[in-house]
Amino acid sequence: MTALLEITGLTAHYGDFQALFGVDLTLEVGRTVAIIGANGAGKTTLMRAITGVAKVTAGSVLLAGEDVTRAAAPDILMRGIAMVPEGRRLFPSLTVEENLLIGAHARSGNGYWTLEKVQRLFPILKERARSPGTALSGGQQQMVAIGRALMSNPRVLLCDELSLGLAPVVIKEIYAAFPQIKESGTSIIVVEQDIGQALRVADHVHCMMEGRITLSGRPADLSREAIHDAYFGVSHA
Amino acid sequence: MTLSRNFGLGAAFVALAILYAMPAIAPRAIVQDLFGILTLLVLAMNWNMLAGFAGLVSVGQQAFVGIGAYAMFAAIILVGLDPLVGVLIGGVAAAVFAIPMAFFAFRLNGAYFAIGTWVVADIARLAISQWKALGGGTGTSLPKGTARDMLGVEQIKELLDVSSAAAADALTYWLMLSLAVAMLVASYVFLRSRMGLGLQAIRDNENAARSVGVDPVRLKAAVFLLTAFGTGLCGAIAFIQITRVTPDAAFSVIDWTAFVIFITVIGGIGTLPGPVVGVIVFYALQRLLADYGTVYLIVLGLIGIAVMIFARRGLWGLFTDRTGIELLPLRHRPPRAATTPTSRRPA
Amino acid sequence: MILVDTLAQGLLLGGLYALFAAGLSLVFGIMRLVNLAHGDLIILGAYLILTITSATGLHPFVAVFLAAPAMFALGWLLQTHLLNRVLGTDILPPLLVTFGLSVVIQNALLEGFTADSQKLTAGPIEAQAMHIGPVTLGVMPVLTFASAVAVIFVLNQIFYRTALGRAFRATSDDAVTAQLMGIRPQRVFAMATGLALVVATIAALYLGTRANFDPSIGPARLLYAFEAVIIGGLGSLWGTLAGGIVIGVAQAVGASINPEWQILSGHIAFVIVLLLRPRGLFPRAND
Repeated sequence: MTALLEITGLTAHYGDFQALFGVDLTLEVGRTVAIIGANGAGKTTLMRAITGVAKVTAGSVLLAGEDVTRAAAPDILMRGIAMVPEGRRLFPSLTVEENLLIGAHARSGNGYWTLEKVQRLFPILKERARSPGTALSGGQQQMVAIGRALMSNPRVLLCDELSLGLAPVVIKEIYAAFPQIKESGTSIIVVEQDIGQALRVADHVHCMMEGRITLSGRPADLSREAIHDAYFGVSHA
Repeated sequence: MTLSRNFGLGAAFVALAILYAMPAIAPRAIVQDLFGILTLLVLAMNWNMLAGFAGLVSVGQQAFVGIGAYAMFAAIILVGLDPLVGVLIGGVAAAVFAIPMAFFAFRLNGAYFAIGTWVVADIARLAISQWKALGGGTGTSLPKGTARDMLGVEQIKELLDVSSAAAADALTYWLMLSLAVAMLVASYVFLRSRMGLGLQAIRDNENAARSVGVDPVRLKAAVFLLTAFGTGLCGAIAFIQITRVTPDAAFSVIDWTAFVIFITVIGGIGTLPGPVVGVIVFYALQRLLADYGTVYLIVLGLIGIAVMIFARRGLWGLFTDRTGIELLPLRHRPPRAATTPTSRRPA
Repeated sequence: MILVDTLAQGLLLGGLYALFAAGLSLVFGIMRLVNLAHGDLIILGAYLILTITSATGLHPFVAVFLAAPAMFALGWLLQTHLLNRVLGTDILPPLLVTFGLSVVIQNALLEGFTADSQKLTAGPIEAQAMHIGPVTLGVMPVLTFASAVAVIFVLNQIFYRTALGRAFRATSDDAVTAQLMGIRPQRVFAMATGLALVVATIAALYLGTRANFDPSIGPARLLYAFEAVIIGGLGSLWGTLAGGIVIGVAQAVGASINPEWQILSGHIAFVIVLLLRPRGLFPRAND
């Protein structure tokens, strides 16, 4: 079957600096793909290129066969790709509940996720509904950010560095919500520095380094050494 | 590089010589026109330094024009001093007023700063309107013959064999021309100095500049005071020619700030030749559309808008981008490294 | 009793200034745009109402309902085709473009209507007065103040209780992330400016019925409006009302001592408030 998201030869530049060198990636419907790599590997650039925030200089992004390569960020959301941005980026002037509602501002999708369902996924969101978004702890903010993205009932959910700056127990709590998200039919791309978590949640893993994919495979098939090499770029022998 | 530089300098000297010779070789009307152009040029250069280089977008420079003019009038009418001394006093008075103005305005940022300067200028206007000794709200005129009695007018009258009035015109013209030249040279030297480098660093990124030891507040304050002085001098000299001062005229936002802003922007903000280009365009437009009244201002407004949308660096910026020619470049070269004895090759 | 009277006049005058300022506050709060043409746009609104009343014979209070949609459209177009193109981190381009716009509007009005003073006639209501306790207040000023409160109340409702308001706030916080939510900042800004000009039209109604107007009085209104916005604090609409009242009361008190001191008193109040609170009385927490 055709992949839901098909990325071919994606290249991106920041001015003269090339950040992505012909990245190929596919996401099948209902699957979860993890992208791991060190800082500066290009993972976030890839996410930004997909969502139209960073400029694509070559290659293509197809969503269910439709070319969305050069689409602007609002259009990407309308077509069904929602992002949980790196650093959460909640709106300080909005309450927790309003942050969730703004996720559905442009597109509510008539899908599974509603305000109530999202608040059930992360109960803290209902408890602190009236607090300003940024008054919550890092982990709680991450939950708001995920909920916000889910509110648009996206076909593809992009999660950029969920674990950044969070304690392990909080990270576990967040990833514990993933089975439910998967059950609702959302296909997910997870960008992670936490390799263990990425391997646990993904059907397929890609490792990036310096703007290129250096290793791909199913978590079960990849050895620790191979991942280590691909992540750090040193030869193990 | 040296050849074109020498050529440029040579051409500049010739142009300058011609400008200085104008009272001797050109009709009086031309000299008066040039005086008007130079007035706007000096104001534009000052505003350019303030907004284009120091990042201080002020809509209150008219305060210094007004204070410079009124201080000079006070010196002449109330104290009986020579107008030339009055001009100097005008400049100093403006600089002194800049101190409390800066104290207030520097607490504000960006748009707030702009509005703050405008309000302070309006306060100056309204306060001076209460100064009954100088005519209050209706203003006052220079006593008849003041210009003719200026220091140096007699000598010029004999030198050029013209009337007293024309000699006075020549004197004020030379004053303004010298002020313009002095400003241009001073700006160039300042911007190429370490302080100027610091200023441009602040313009680009204030926090980064701070982190390498540049003190933005002191630098900006210095620029603010110096441009106040320059603007005050200009206002004083200009009003010797105008001979009559009223609060509305001396503190006019339109004449002394709006036009000046347009000139600087259209010419090229943040560049040294910019104001010169802007003034020429401004005057050309004024001549062209003189018979059409308000249409001229509408055209000016539209051009200003167009420049901001399509050519942010102004006409001079456009020219530089297309041709690569850069008059008065402001780039700094790194200091020469100390010479080292013969370097060793790695083993 | 005279003091109470003066304070009351000042309060009501503050309502007029708050109306001048409300649209400005909205736009400034959402997109940090300093619209130097705002005063002239209010005057434009006054001339628009004048034209409608002259052409149709309608009462200004009715004409304003026709003028408002037209001004909304003007605001939308202005933002979409002109201001959106210069919005950014640099404050200079929008400042200069709106400066240019101010000059163009003033002189276009001059060309079209000449420098003659005009006035909107609301009829006998202009002379009516009401007695509230010890003070006698004109009906129009009270109406002006009430309108200011109503306008700010409605704007606040929009801001804090509607999806549009959420979009306003989100875009103002973080335009890039707002785009990730499917919001188009350009359209949000156009909405805001359109709304601001509707408020400006209401301000124009009260300005035009209160006193004479001509093409050149825009910039002074802009200055009072900005003083009110800045005193109130960025992002606070009720703050803008407070700011307007501060200016109004200061001007009234100053004028009661010496009529020539009216505007000066307002400016001095502005300077004093800012010396004590450089960010205004009720600034947003995050800026």
